[in-house]
Amino acid sequence: MKLDTNDLKDLAVGAAFLGTGGGGDPYVGRLMVQQCLDEGLEVELIDPSEVPDEALVIPTAMMGAPTVLVEKLPSGDEAVASLKRLESHLGQRAFATMPIEIGGINSTIPLVVGARLGLPIVDADGMGRAFPELQMETFGVYGVPGSPMVVSDEDGDQALILAKDNKDMEWLSRGVAIRMGGCAYIAEYSMTGADVKRTAIPNTLTLAMRIGRTLREAKKRHLNPFEALLELLPQTLYHHGRIIFSGKIADMQRETRNGFSMGRARIDGLGEHAGVMEIEIQNENLIARVDGVVKAIVPDLICVMDSETAEPITTENLRYGQRVTVMAVAVPEIMRTPEALAIFGPSCFGLDHPFTPIETMPR
Amino acid sequence: MRIGIDVGGTNTDAALMDGMRVVASCKSPTTGDVSSGIVAALKKVLGDSQVEPAQIEAVMIGTTHFTNAVVERRRLLEVAAVRLGLPATRALPPMTDWPDDLADTLGRHRYMVRGGHEFDGREISPLDEAEILRIAGEMKAKGLKSAAITSVFSPVMPGMEERAAEILRNEIPDIALSLSHEIGRVGFLERENASIMNACLAELSKRVIASFRQALRDMNITAPFYISQNDGTLMTPDHVERYPVLTFASGPTNSMRGAALLAGEPDAMVVDIGGTTSDVGMLMQGFPRESAVAVDIGGVRTNFRMPDVLATGLGGGSLVRDDGARIGPDSVGYEITEKALVFGGDTLTTTDIVVAAGLEDIGDRSRVARIPAATIETALTTMHRMIDEAVDRMKTSAEPLPVILVGGGSILISRDLPSASKVIRPENAAVANAIGAAIAQVGGEVDRIFSLEGTSREVVLEGAKREASANAVAAGAAEGTVNIMDIEEVPLAYLPGSATRIRVKAVGDLVIG
Repeated sequence: MKLDTNDLKDLAVGAAFLGTGGGGDPYVGRLMVQQCLDEGLEVELIDPSEVPDEALVIPTAMMGAPTVLVEKLPSGDEAVASLKRLESHLGQRAFATMPIEIGGINSTIPLVVGARLGLPIVDADGMGRAFPELQMETFGVYGVPGSPMVVSDEDGDQALILAKDNKDMEWLSRGVAIRMGGCAYIAEYSMTGADVKRTAIPNTLTLAMRIGRTLREAKKRHLNPFEALLELLPQTLYHHGRIIFSGKIADMQRETRNGFSMGRARIDGLGEHAGVMEIEIQNENLIARVDGVVKAIVPDLICVMDSETAEPITTENLRYGQRVTVMAVAVPEIMRTPEALAIFGPSCFGLDHPFTPIETMPR
Repeated sequence: MRIGIDVGGTNTDAALMDGMRVVASCKSPTTGDVSSGIVAALKKVLGDSQVEPAQIEAVMIGTTHFTNAVVERRRLLEVAAVRLGLPATRALPPMTDWPDDLADTLGRHRYMVRGGHEFDGREISPLDEAEILRIAGEMKAKGLKSAAITSVFSPVMPGMEERAAEILRNEIPDIALSLSHEIGRVGFLERENASIMNACLAELSKRVIASFRQALRDMNITAPFYISQNDGTLMTPDHVERYPVLTFASGPTNSMRGAALLAGEPDAMVVDIGGTTSDVGMLMQGFPRESAVAVDIGGVRTNFRMPDVLATGLGGGSLVRDDGARIGPDSVGYEITEKALVFGGDTLTTTDIVVAAGLEDIGDRSRVARIPAATIETALTTMHRMIDEAVDRMKTSAEPLPVILVGGGSILISRDLPSASKVIRPENAAVANAIGAAIAQVGGEVDRIFSLEGTSREVVLEGAKREASANAVAAGAAEGTVNIMDIEEVPLAYLPGSATRIRVKAVGDLVIG
């Protein structure tokens, strides 16, 4: 499947939604892919089933604070350089690249790499949303090592990281990314086609496009975009969604700590939603409470959207006074197993509340 | 008493207000020199009401002059867009995602230079001063008079923009400079876009402000005058001269607030039809619904806080082509009184169509008597369809809402609109903009670096809010009306002691009398 300009626009909206507040505004990434299309390059998606079992797939991504990315734009060659360096380290050429993270700008970085190098992009990813740390991958959960990994910046600096486990890979590369200016571009989790089929969350790129298209078409036809989305979800691996709150942003706290955007949003309820919602943020929305009662918790998605237009709003774009609606969505079962929750469940973010699937959460 | 003036592309409107009451109002054509049109409007309202110039306590001017210049790609300077940030940022050069015709008008003079800062205050690269000198030479050779300078992370580290500006000014003493840290916030492309647009307006802003001054001097009005900006608050003329881009979208805010006051409908769609464009927005509780996402102006993405408004190219001066099937987006603008058929010109405009249809009696009717009936009908249908589509796009549900028609071009709409529950044409609708300008609010701001060491964020924020409110009151806001409109925090990780830049804006109604 070859992507065109409209696909990219839908993808950007869907990726912002799946980013659950984080992952960075995909706008910059979309422009970079558009630039490739304008130059006559092609962006070709392939289904995981089309990847031969023994073929090499090298995922590519950006890592760092999204608040840095919207200010310090990339040179455009960083992620390509990381993939090329990892190929030479492995002594093998990649058959395809793939996203590690469908949420936010990382849905688009592999498209730039694929277009520049003439490689297809596998329609799958390893997070099924956005997460703040690199070990939080279904790839790693089900046994694919993250390193060897290459980190590159815009200035030609590169680091090759050989870590004993994925958590150490995250820790070491994060330090490198901060030294590189808070934002760097990586190639990691190189794997075979067989591993892709076993460990990746399938068809998330096309899912993001479907979400974007659903919102766009609902608005065009004056249907309620929230309802249209809630109707789409049961047809996907993200099988349950619900609106958990609606109100006005009363306070936004944020700081950049250890290379992450940390924060807390307070929303005063409006209409049928009484009380005050608090959302805790580490790059992404982690937990949403109303008057202290948990309404949704990581890894399920907590998406803040404009109440009028249903446009997903990323954390860095949340502002005092905005009218917002908060939707929670179930993630695929591959992300909810005990092994998966041990890597990206609530306790991994210092939350003492157990994971409760959104579909069993009291309303 | 105060006077609100709206200087549009086609008409200059004035409203003399006593509190919330309209004492006198008028509409007069905008003139090429701007000031004689303002003088004519002022003479009329003061004459009609028998009010002496000395009784005027304040004059508020709203103008779409700068927005129109960008939308129409007219009267714009060519700009040197200087970016400091290489080797970062190269993926997306200046004016990426701009409409081609606007980038062409500004000359596509794009310069990417080594420089810029990291988030923690380190340099990405030292500023390439030799390259800035070379650019100065090229600017001189090309005759460029205005530059926009945007450096990575300049809202926290403005030094490199200032240094680059100094070098350019040494080489080209009369250069106009737009430094991005004075215009926008973190968010590189949007801030750069706004700075480039500001730069292309540098000459026009000086001319326009000078003519405002001249007009008031000619009328012996000595009261202070203000200009409204995009968030509906007022700015001093000196400020506007340097930052004309901040007036963008002030027109819609003014017309929507004026329309809410006139129609007494706090929840409605407002269609403001001017001479060149129609602006469609939504009123919620008497205030324009603000855009949550980036706003496009003339097709360019910015991150100003603005009402969510859709501008469509239909106005009273729009050109009618293809037997009425194609209208606008170009307009004869303020030259309508020379160029439109009914005024003796040779250009078929939308105003000629409504006169030919017998809906209005403007100018010389005999001059449009020979327009074929089919053309008249097609053009009327096209105009109604354009407005109905714009209203429909801006509505957030299928539920019909009242539509308030304002602006001089509201004569174009004579029929029902399928998207509206009812169409309201309030009295004084033609001057809603000027009324909105007259009731514009004043703001008070706090913008500086606070240390959170030994205190809590809540305490610091409360203090900043109180200070901003006090500043608004000091600037003339009535105490009970002050609200906090915007809070923004930029943590400065490179400074020790949890330093944060906090910006708080408070607004309130201007006390009169």
